[in-house]
Amino acid sequence: MAFTTMVGARIRRREDPRLITGRASYTDDFKTIGTLYASFVRSPYGHAKIRAIDTSGAKDHPGVIAVYVGTDLADAGVKGLPCAHKLPELNVPPHPALAIGEVRYVGEPVAVVIADDPYVARDAAELVEIAYDEQPVVVDPLQALEGKTLVHEAFGTNIAFRLPIAAGDTDAAFKSADVVIKQRFINQRLAPVPIETRAVLAQWNPGEEGLTITTSTQIPHLLRTQLAVALGMPENHIRVIAPEVGGGFGAKLNVYAEEIACGWIAMQLGRPVKFTETRSECFTAMIHGRDQVDDVEVAVKNDGTILGLRLRVVANLGAYFQLLTPVIPTLTLLMAPGCYAIKNISTECIGVFTNTMSTDAYRGAGRPEATYLIERTLDLIARKLNLDPVEVRRRNFIKADSFPHTTAMGLTYDSGNYEATMDQALKAADYPGLRKAQAEARKAGRLLGIGLSTYVEVCGMGPSAAMPAAGWDSATVRVEPTGAVTVLTGISPHGQGEETTFAQIVADELGVPIEQIIIVHGDTDRVQYGVGTFGSRGTAVGGAALKLALDVIREKAMKIAAHQWEASPDDVEYRDGKIMVKGDPSKAMTTAEAGFLAFMGDKLPPGLEPGLDATRRFEPPNFVYPFGTHICVVEIDPQTGSTKIVRYLATDDCGKVINPMIVAGQVHGGLAQGIAQALFEEVVYDEDGQLLTGTLLDYAVPRAEHLLNFELDHTVTPTDVNPLGVKGVGEAGTIGSTPAVVNAVIDALAPFGITHLDMPLKPEKVWTAIQQAGGL
Amino acid sequence: MQTKPSISSSTAPAQTAIEVEVNGEKHALTVEPRLLLAHMLRERLGLTGTHIGCDTSSCGACTVLLEGKSVKSCTVLAVQADGRAVTTIEGIGTSRSLHPMQEAFWAEHGLQCGYCTTGMIMASLDLIARNPDPSDEQIREGLGGNICRCTGYHNIVRAVKAAAKAVKK
Repeated sequence: MAFTTMVGARIRRREDPRLITGRASYTDDFKTIGTLYASFVRSPYGHAKIRAIDTSGAKDHPGVIAVYVGTDLADAGVKGLPCAHKLPELNVPPHPALAIGEVRYVGEPVAVVIADDPYVARDAAELVEIAYDEQPVVVDPLQALEGKTLVHEAFGTNIAFRLPIAAGDTDAAFKSADVVIKQRFINQRLAPVPIETRAVLAQWNPGEEGLTITTSTQIPHLLRTQLAVALGMPENHIRVIAPEVGGGFGAKLNVYAEEIACGWIAMQLGRPVKFTETRSECFTAMIHGRDQVDDVEVAVKNDGTILGLRLRVVANLGAYFQLLTPVIPTLTLLMAPGCYAIKNISTECIGVFTNTMSTDAYRGAGRPEATYLIERTLDLIARKLNLDPVEVRRRNFIKADSFPHTTAMGLTYDSGNYEATMDQALKAADYPGLRKAQAEARKAGRLLGIGLSTYVEVCGMGPSAAMPAAGWDSATVRVEPTGAVTVLTGISPHGQGEETTFAQIVADELGVPIEQIIIVHGDTDRVQYGVGTFGSRGTAVGGAALKLALDVIREKAMKIAAHQWEASPDDVEYRDGKIMVKGDPSKAMTTAEAGFLAFMGDKLPPGLEPGLDATRRFEPPNFVYPFGTHICVVEIDPQTGSTKIVRYLATDDCGKVINPMIVAGQVHGGLAQGIAQALFEEVVYDEDGQLLTGTLLDYAVPRAEHLLNFELDHTVTPTDVNPLGVKGVGEAGTIGSTPAVVNAVIDALAPFGITHLDMPLKPEKVWTAIQQAGGL
Repeated sequence: MQTKPSISSSTAPAQTAIEVEVNGEKHALTVEPRLLLAHMLRERLGLTGTHIGCDTSSCGACTVLLEGKSVKSCTVLAVQADGRAVTTIEGIGTSRSLHPMQEAFWAEHGLQCGYCTTGMIMASLDLIARNPDPSDEQIREGLGGNICRCTGYHNIVRAVKAAAKAVKK
């Protein structure tokens, strides 16, 4: 049989059979004898002092085993929730797992009831009586900035940090400008809404003094480290298992109060404790994303060339810090110049506390906000100067011959060719034809809009020096005596399909049938330390570590083969899936055969250690910077203000593609989330801090009927940041789509003189804007 | 200052005897009248392929067939299934013998994390039973009760279309 190359092929996902038959196990599917159920009692107020807690009613309820409050944990030495940050000056509020003395957002856990039945736990949670003294509430980040109402009195301010970054001479740039354009952009708060809510099963094994936490997490090892710190236990007494995880989108890149509390309670009671978040709890107590007020001022020449940019980002951090809360908005500053060669830039990020759930990493995390503000700004420039948005982009692009390119913000973009990718997208969409159709539609009174976004994003999260926690990842490859290959990866996929893409890489590199390859992940007792899956780092960092380990395996296998043939290792090569003597096809050995010899141990070259396995860690020398062009065509119904997307075309460049089917799937999903932000998703708190979007009845996630069939295309610009030449594609769709859709809607509204509306562009908002502009 | 009102709770919940046929197998159970069908399937029968994604019957992750029609099992009480037949994802195919709908979701990459998928497949079965030759638009409308957060629905629509064709053959 001829050796077929797997990398680059559309291979069906190996994880799917268990998922489509319902045989896969998510956290809530596990139950062991004696399992107890936790129900958390949460703050109904945005801000209040806790005067008294009476747990006696709950404790007396039949079936209740225990009730705990914040002081129970604190008195036992349990530490609060961690935040990984590298900002030099930061107000870090204490963040106990259960509130002590004061609550600062609706949904903050105050007490937890443990019962032998989940229904009983919820019944009894209703019986915990808490006396609150309501306090003034602030939810708007700009109001919070004024500091009249304080979230944390001890700081005397709601400002957690100020981070200024500047380069060049922005004042001079503005003085020499032909035109200055100012705009405030609101990047509304979003809820990640994985369809699997969070779930935790904590089991204490007294015999081993071992705690096993099965939980829906993206970062099993980081979580284990943080749980060890919080619980004051040796890290190797804790095992974290991330079984099947039902979506993360950044939200499960975290350490949550319920994980710490359930872990500690399981140890107290010596019984398994399970917590399964309700969807309402998921809205109040899982991190939110975005929530920035971005004030942009841009200095431009009459030909559309950008001379300078001023930016103030006010980021609503929420009441406390989760793992990466303060880090996320700083990424917005760093990526604010986008694809454009902007030399003079003056930026400031201000993180503020409000009485809301913490914001943290949500799909794209800081980069969608950056792309949105710069891509909307480019369109404002085009409108103001009566230029085509394409031309404005073309005039400001970082040129293809200037990579690697160090931006004014100090980042070095590895590789890119923004103009070529844009041209390919314009051609695929027939851009001139679209503009012609638009002109005709306008004559007929129809509101057709064409929106463009050209984006560059930062992913492949590493290197370590630039990360709040480490940025490397690991892989162990074990060729078993029969030739089967086991891979242990520090990456912890939750839908991204690495069980397939990694197996494709192994199959090619070792010539092993894909059926004989197993990819193990998500268990700290089985897999060596790794950082996890987020920020499109799975293949770019974890896959790169795998490639390094495979190189070691192959080299050793070739030494073993050469020894058999009494040939020099230099005369042996790996070709068509086999080890061969150069120029002599009769001498060929499979990796499996070499592996068998390695394990038998008696026919090895002198000094060569038996066995055929390798562990390697990959520390990326830089981030990777995927890019692309998205084109969106919309039509607005002037009678209702509702927007219909007529066409959506995405041309993305994520470097080398391992599995085109999986890459396309990642883009599709990203587009859905980005389009939804543009058109309808938003988390809304009222002025008292009550969450008005606390269920899927109030919070508008896209359904099938809201979307359309996407048109995808791609270019391939290699990167040398990692040995696979891959970038990443998990966030690209989200990042590119939001500004493309908003630009299209504003373009459709151009006949009314409308130049900007803030997201989400719900029908009511668009209809009102049309009416205020004179209507139809 | 406000105090949360205390709600009195009955100490010993009433129990009701029911008989349910699940995936062709008869089960006699004693359940609390408030027990949800989704919880009965998962907790009592160990059929964990039915997932729970929300508490407002909005997401469809818990979709099963009740007497052949798709229902959201988090909005059906176990007692309502008394004397009736339920089909769950475990009842339509195994990884060695996939149902054409499962096969199509696999071939078309109609899933990522897989959490919504079992409900999506059950809803799609009902959809093509009612409309054996659905258009893209009809599929999108027909799956309006099921949320997927990973795929953007693009490949789900293709999967349902492919499955409809395969089933007709």
